[in-house]
Amino acid sequence: MISDVFSAVLVLTGSLLALTAALGLVRFPDTLSRMHAATKPQTFGLTLVLAGTLIRIAGHPDGGMLVLTALFMLITAPVIAQRVGRLVYREQRGSGGKLMDESQLHVQHRDGPGA
Amino acid sequence: MNVVWAVSGVMLLTAVLLTLYRSLRGPTTLDRLVGIDTLIALTICGLAIWVAATYDTTIVPGIVALSLVSFIGTVSVARFRVRDDE
Repeated sequence: MISDVFSAVLVLTGSLLALTAALGLVRFPDTLSRMHAATKPQTFGLTLVLAGTLIRIAGHPDGGMLVLTALFMLITAPVIAQRVGRLVYREQRGSGGKLMDESQLHVQHRDGPGA
Repeated sequence: MNVVWAVSGVMLLTAVLLTLYRSLRGPTTLDRLVGIDTLIALTICGLAIWVAATYDTTIVPGIVALSLVSFIGTVSVARFRVRDDE
């Protein structure tokens, strides 16, 4: 009974974080701001929901796969954020947005896809 | 207890609709990419909530596969994408 309440609280908090991520994705003005809104609840909210599910099905052998999923998302989300954020920074810093301060950063600008 | 799963499902559905709006509207392809990445994370959340609500663990391997495939998809698009202004 206590564990049911605990898992319900975890799942509800995770869903609320996912909702805030979606709200930030719609409301924020810039691609980098949208990434900031999207990536963190993606990892933390997903981990909360998976933890709640894990408590709910405790003892079942499939619980290890949920741990594995949380681990995969925690490993891959920074990689995705780095690749996409690098592209966003390279392509949109001169386009009148909030990324105009290039003078102190000295980022090399190479041509070619992705790299 | 059913109320909890229903409320979580409604919140996730709202999040999916908002994310879908950004994916369809988004001015650049990178906005769409971020939106679709978020959409897959929301799908994983929904499947996990389904598992918690029904004790039906047949889709748990699907959750693991989805988390890996989403990584490959997003990184591939970020690598082989063509710039918007070309």
